[in-house]
Amino acid sequence: MTVENYSSHTIAVLVDNEVGVLAGVIGLFSGRGYNIDSLAVAEVDGQSHMSRITIVTRGTPMVIEQIKAQLGRLVPVHRVVDLTIETESVERELALIKVVGTGENRVEALRLSEAFRARVIDATPGSFVFELTGRKEKLDAFIELMRPLGLKEVSRTGVVAISRGPNPL
Amino acid sequence: MSELMTGAEIVLKALQEQGVEHIFGYPGGAVLPIYDALYQQEAVQHILVRHEQGATHAAEGYARSTGKPGVVLVTSGPGATNAVTGLTDALMDSIPMVCITGQVPTHLIGNDAFQEADTVGITRPCTKHNYLVQSVEDLPRIMHEAFHVATSGRPGPVVIDLPKDVQFAKGAYMAKAAVRHKTYHPQVKGDMAAITAAVDLIASAKKPIFYTGGGVINSGPQASQLLREFVRLTGFPITSTLMGLGSYPASDRQWLGMLGMHGTYEANMAMHDCDVMINIGARFDDRITGRVDAFSPHSKKIHIDIDPSSINKTIMVDLGIVGDCAHVLEDMIRVYKSRAIQPDKPALEKWWQQIEGWRGVNCLAYEQSTDVIKPQYAVQRLYELTKDRNSFITTEVGQHQMWAAQFYQFEQPNRWMTSGGLGTMGYGIPAAVGVQVAHPDALVIDIAGEASALMTMQELSTAVQYRLPIKIFILNNEYMGMVRQWQELLHGGRYSQSYSEALPDFVKLAEAYGAVGIRAQKPEELDDAIMQMIEAPGPVIFDCVVSKSENCYPMIPSGAAHNEMILGSDAPQVNVSDEGRVLV
Repeated sequence: MTVENYSSHTIAVLVDNEVGVLAGVIGLFSGRGYNIDSLAVAEVDGQSHMSRITIVTRGTPMVIEQIKAQLGRLVPVHRVVDLTIETESVERELALIKVVGTGENRVEALRLSEAFRARVIDATPGSFVFELTGRKEKLDAFIELMRPLGLKEVSRTGVVAISRGPNPL
Repeated sequence: MSELMTGAEIVLKALQEQGVEHIFGYPGGAVLPIYDALYQQEAVQHILVRHEQGATHAAEGYARSTGKPGVVLVTSGPGATNAVTGLTDALMDSIPMVCITGQVPTHLIGNDAFQEADTVGITRPCTKHNYLVQSVEDLPRIMHEAFHVATSGRPGPVVIDLPKDVQFAKGAYMAKAAVRHKTYHPQVKGDMAAITAAVDLIASAKKPIFYTGGGVINSGPQASQLLREFVRLTGFPITSTLMGLGSYPASDRQWLGMLGMHGTYEANMAMHDCDVMINIGARFDDRITGRVDAFSPHSKKIHIDIDPSSINKTIMVDLGIVGDCAHVLEDMIRVYKSRAIQPDKPALEKWWQQIEGWRGVNCLAYEQSTDVIKPQYAVQRLYELTKDRNSFITTEVGQHQMWAAQFYQFEQPNRWMTSGGLGTMGYGIPAAVGVQVAHPDALVIDIAGEASALMTMQELSTAVQYRLPIKIFILNNEYMGMVRQWQELLHGGRYSQSYSEALPDFVKLAEAYGAVGIRAQKPEELDDAIMQMIEAPGPVIFDCVVSKSENCYPMIPSGAAHNEMILGSDAPQVNVSDEGRVLV
C-alpha cells in the first residue's frame, strides 16, 4: 500500500455512555491495526447519557470505509459520521503549553503568544502556561515556535469537530 | 409493584421467557446461586460438560443445528477463560450464543480476588457484545438485550458477566416485551434500487456464478428455499463456502461443489473466469479468494451481506447490498419475475460447456487401495450408508474436515457443523453433544482426526451421562494430517512434531468411558463396521485406521490464484512463492 492515497478523516461517533464503550472503540483500532492520530471523548448529553467520541484517523479510502463500518457494528454506537467527507465541518483543539525561561526568551514567548491569541493561564517569575485553541496546524506551529524558547510540557485535548450550518448531525 | 426475586431467579425466569430449554455449563463458586435456582425448576435442562470449552462448542452445535441461540453457564476466572476459544469460534462463524459467566462480588472486582478475571476485558474482542451487570435492576434488561443482540443482524456470542452479590440481590423482573434496545436494530431489508440494479446485472450475465456462504444458513431455512428457487430460475451454476454447505442440495446438477483452498476445480475455475459473481452471505475469506489481486479479475461482483463491514473489506465489489439473505432473495426473485427476464441461453450453454470441461478433470479422484482404507473412501462409505437417515455431521479441523466437506453430500441446511473461521481442533465432539441434545433421535456423527479428537475427548463422558448416542468417526492416520501435508509441501518433508506418538487404544478408551469402541483396518471390513456403529444404541468411538500419508487435494497453494490449483496428480510439482510461504 502506498502512502500517497492515505488521507486523514475526522470521524464523530455517538455512543451510549456505558462501561466499556471507549475500550471497545480503542480495542477495535488496535485489534484491526488502524491508526488513531487523535481521540477526544466526553459526555455531551447528561439526560440521555450520550457521549461523543471524535477520532482523527488515516488510511486508504477502503480502510476508512472499513473503519466506519466496524465502528457502526459496535452495539452501543448510535451513529458514525465522517465529518471530512459527509459534511462541511469546523475543527478545533485546545492545548496547554508550559514554557520555562527568563530574559529575552520569556519576552519572546509572551510576544508570540499574543500573536497567536494564546491566553496566559498561569505565570511564575520563571514560567508561563499558555492556553491555545485552534486548528491542529496552528497548535503545532505555536508549539514548534516555543521549543527553542523553553518548551517544557504540552497537554492537548485532541481534535473536536462539528458540522457547519444550522443542522445537527 | 411486582414481586421481588433474586438475581439468580431473574436469570432463570428470563431464560424461560426466552424459550431456552437447554443450557450447557459447569458449576463453580461464583455461579452457585444460579445453580441453586436451576435446581428448583424444571423448564430449563442443564447439560453438565467436562470442560467449559466443551460447553461453548456444544452450544454452537445446538445453535447451528436448530437456528436457536446456544446458552452457556460457567463460573468466574478459569470458567470464563476456558470459554474464550468457543466464544471466538462463535464470533468468527456468526453463531448466536449467550454465555453467562459468574464474577466475584462487585466489592471485590479489581482486587485480584480468588478466581477473578477481567472477563469483560478478555472477552471484548471475542464477543459481539458483552455486559458486566453492576446492579440487579439492570439484570432483566440485560438478559433480554443479550438474546436480541446474539440473534439479530449478524448473529454472534454475547457474554453476561454476573457478580455473585448481584445473583443474591433482590429486584423486580421485567418481561421481554418491555425491553427495547436503544441502538441495535440491524437493517434486514435490502435497498430496492440496489436490488433492481443487481437483477439487471444478473440478466445480462454470460458467465455467471452464485457464491454463497454461511449467511444463507444463518438467515433460516426460508433463505435456503429462496436460494434454490432463484438458482433454478436463472439456470446459473452455484458454489458455496465451507460454512454454506447444505443451503443448496449437493445432488443437483447446478451445484459445483465447495470452492476455496480445497474446493473443487470446477468451482474455483468458474469463480476465476466468471463475468458476474453473486455473493450471498459469504465474506471473501482468505481461504476462498487465494491471491487477492488475482481474484476473479474479469467479473462484476454483487455482494449481499447483513454486516455492512463485510462489504468492500477485502474485495471491492460493484454492488453491495446490506440486508438479510432471505429478505433480499425474496425481493430479487420478485423483481426478476416481474420483469420476465430471460437469461442469455446461448451464452449460458457455452458457459456450462466450459464448466463441464472442468468437471471432467474429476478433481476429487484419488488412488483406491485394496489393503489400506483411504480416508476419502471412508467418508464416501460413511455418506452412502447414512444418507437416507436423519443425520447430522460435525467435524474437527484438518484434512478429515476437508475430506468430509468434499465427500459428504449435504442436501439440507443446518446438517453440517464445522469450525470454519477459527479452525478450532476439538470442536467436533462437544458440537456433536450439542446437536444430539437438540435432536435426540437423529444420527449425529463427528468426522474426526485422532489428534483433534483427543483435545476434547473428555466430552464423551458427557455423552455417556446423558445417553447421547454420538458417533465419533476418527480417520486415524497417526498424524496431524494437515500440518504434515504442509510440512511435506513447504518445509522439505521435515515432519516436526506432527506425528501423534503414544496414541491411546481408541477401542479401549471408548470402553473405559462406558461407550462402544469399533475399529476398521481393511477396506473390506469398513461397511460392516460402519453399520455396527450406526446400529449401536449409545455413543461410539470408531477408530478408522487410514493410510498415513494421504494428502488433501485439490489445493490452491498459499499465495496462488484460483486458476493455479494443484490436483492430486501433479502434486510433486508444487511450487509455493516466498509470499505464499508466510501465509497460513
